[in-house]
Amino acid sequence: MNETIGIVIISLGVAFDLFGCIGLVRLPDIYNRLQGATKCVTLGTCLILLGVLVHSGGAMGIKALLCAVFILLTSPTGAHALARGAHRSGVKLWSGSVMDKYAEDSEGQLDQ
Amino acid sequence: MIALFVLLIVCCFLCLYRIGMGPTPPDRTVGIDILGTLVVGFCALTAILTGKDWYMNIAISWALLSFIGTIALAKFLEGRGFDE
Repeated sequence: MNETIGIVIISLGVAFDLFGCIGLVRLPDIYNRLQGATKCVTLGTCLILLGVLVHSGGAMGIKALLCAVFILLTSPTGAHALARGAHRSGVKLWSGSVMDKYAEDSEGQLDQ
Repeated sequence: MIALFVLLIVCCFLCLYRIGMGPTPPDRTVGIDILGTLVVGFCALTAILTGKDWYMNIAISWALLSFIGTIALAKFLEGRGFDE
């Protein structure tokens, strides 16, 4: 019974991974790609690791839970740093974007 | 089980497409970041398939090292030192 539930959770996680990677290919600019891909792939990989916890248990399950906590802590931080680095290195927004709050907030500070 | 592996390999090839065709350097860096997270899921699936739990050790260390690499590349894109 546990194995069936684990396989179902893992399949859900792989589906989230696939949708995130389709977003990585299809979306128009770097910020949209970060938005689409990072969230979907973070949730998908955490679901895979939770599925391993439900499926196997024991030492492997504890390690999978620890790995899920690490992914949840590090992946949004990395995406935030990437978006900041991309904006500061001068990557333009997509032409359909409606506002750029980061540029308004840091206006005048970038030239220093 | 094998179908899940095939789907993850399709995800990896989509990431490789973005790494190869990305118009700007941050696009390629996003692809590398996502590919690192996918490898963690791949290690977890391999751990279930083979029943050996040291694959999870590889997954934990891969997650942390991929994070350090992403931070280093983001700081490099920003064009400043690590201490600012």
